[in-house]
Amino acid sequence: MDVLYFAWVRERIGIPKEKVETEAKSVAELVEELKAREERYAVAFSDLSALRVAVDQELTEFDASLDGVREVAFFPPMTGG
Amino acid sequence: MRVVVQEAPFDFGKEAQEFASGHSNMGAIVTFTGVVRDADKGGMDRMVIEHYPGMTQKALEAIAEEAVSRWTLGDVLVIHRHGELRQGDMIMMVATAARHRVDAFEAAEFLMDYLKSRAPFWKKEYTADGAEWVAAKDEDEDALSRW
Repeated sequence: MDVLYFAWVRERIGIPKEKVETEAKSVAELVEELKAREERYAVAFSDLSALRVAVDQELTEFDASLDGVREVAFFPPMTGG
Repeated sequence: MRVVVQEAPFDFGKEAQEFASGHSNMGAIVTFTGVVRDADKGGMDRMVIEHYPGMTQKALEAIAEEAVSRWTLGDVLVIHRHGELRQGDMIMMVATAARHRVDAFEAAEFLMDYLKSRAPFWKKEYTADGAEWVAAKDEDEDALSRW
């Protein structure tokens, strides 16, 4: 699946987008896999309360299922308007 | 209903005029415009707004549709910019048309509250000291609870 990062999450991880092969069943499991990869992921995902997630371009929660999902995006709380 | 996400400036007067004149039997037109102000600590050179291209349009449309389902509205317009902006530039506007002003005012406030915290935009302020992401405010999140 495609994993996207925006704003300071993108800056901390160092890339805007990557393809990830995963068996993770939920967003939370995917986060654990990413954190175990490298320090920059562990830093970016150290406080999930400071992050939001969208699955297939819809806002959701970290316990959301990844069944059939093509795109997951991580970003800080939004500051539109 | 019209939802526009664009980098280019928009002409507020023209947009408001076209929106207002495009309807019959609407007794109330409300417009709101968001303008770039200085950073809280001052000295802002520019602001850059990042967004999530695949999601932004859909998220704004969903918010506009929610407004249409909650209030009796004749029409809704949302324009939101991204990219580089400077102090005084218009970031975004919403307009609502309704038979009665309460619907138009409330729906415009609802749109503003939701697109502040639920539309995928992130503001970064550049000052002489460097660049900082604008932090979301608790009161912006709290504002959603009144709807």
